[in-house]
Amino acid sequence: MPRPEFIYVTYIETTPEKLWHALTDGNFTERYWFGARLRSDWKVGSSFEMVRSDGTVSDAGKVVEVDPPRRLAYTFVNLSDKYRNEFPALATFVLEPYGKLVKLTLTHEGFAEDSKFYSGISKGWPAILSSLKSLLETGQPLEIPYAALKFEN
Amino acid sequence: MSKPEFVYTTYIETTPEKLWHALTDGDFTERYWFGHRVASNWKVGSPYRFTHPGKSSPEGKVLVSEPPKKLAYTWNGCSDETKREGPSRVTFDIEPRGNVVKLTVTHDNLDEGGKTFRGISEGWPMVLASLKSFLETGRPMPAEIQSHAA
Amino acid sequence: MDDVFKALADASRRSLLDRLHARNGQTLNELCEGLAMTRQAVTKHLAILEAANLVTTFRHGREKLHYLNPVPIHQIGERWIKKFERGKLAALSELKRQLEKRDE
Repeated sequence: MPRPEFIYVTYIETTPEKLWHALTDGNFTERYWFGARLRSDWKVGSSFEMVRSDGTVSDAGKVVEVDPPRRLAYTFVNLSDKYRNEFPALATFVLEPYGKLVKLTLTHEGFAEDSKFYSGISKGWPAILSSLKSLLETGQPLEIPYAALKFEN
Repeated sequence: MSKPEFVYTTYIETTPEKLWHALTDGDFTERYWFGHRVASNWKVGSPYRFTHPGKSSPEGKVLVSEPPKKLAYTWNGCSDETKREGPSRVTFDIEPRGNVVKLTVTHDNLDEGGKTFRGISEGWPMVLASLKSFLETGRPMPAEIQSHAA
Repeated sequence: MDDVFKALADASRRSLLDRLHARNGQTLNELCEGLAMTRQAVTKHLAILEAANLVTTFRHGREKLHYLNPVPIHQIGERWIKKFERGKLAALSELKRQLEKRDE
């Protein structure tokens, strides 16, 4: 049985540079990533963290690949008691220019077959990336109520 | 062995009614669905078809029609090869989430490893990105992106 | 690659990897529990495993959580397993070809 992987493709009217910036700058991520500030120096091997609005760290990771503005990859684990024992999965962002658009492909792979976190990220990513697209195209992110994602308790 | 399915979720700042309208009105689809106009009376059992001046388009039968929450229809492929694979099914689930609408598109009953599956896995993200941009900014995606695809 | 094989050559280190495989994301304290090794020895072994990229750590407040590193083990698996699979597939298609020839 193959290990579960999540793939999401979207097209955004923006430039690869702007999209790269939106993916890596905490001031930006805070606006569309449910308030999470991504924090890292984005060097291969460096750590990176997702910081909640109250300053606590929800997820910790490692930067695996940095090729601006084309490819960004990192592994990360969710630090809650529920998920912290799971196998860290690898999230890879590929940014390809398509005329005035950028094709963004997110692949999140390497989850263990019985991963519970997988179900959570499968719900989270479409919301986060939809909000990112809206932010870059309209100037406003989406207001998606977090509770509406219906993560299992 | 169960047949593969393609599921895609996106969130759009619009209302369920506007989204339903965008999915079912040919004037709208022509703008964001790269020139393909849809036509149907959208009653269960009725046919629907897309038309395009230069290309063959999908067509089929309406299976579920519950505006503005759920729409489903069979999907007959556009080329001779995909027609041989038999009809698949597309379901649109429209759910309000605060100020935003969650749209889930499920395309199933597909042949494993078939040409249709590969084609629609590439096509839906383009169409839905274009639909979202169209509803949020008034500007759909340019038709050229279709030709970029391998 | 040498680093990896040397790291795996030690039984204590393999048992640490087994523990992480059974439960990933353990702190140093958790890993030392119930082991015959001293804390110092565990720290030393973990450092070797980390240098060989078999184990990776993520900070959790003041602690470090240890994980089997998903990337290199996957690469090793890919390289060796693909080799075996390719060999098997080739043998199968050759057999099929021979049988089909016989049927003609």
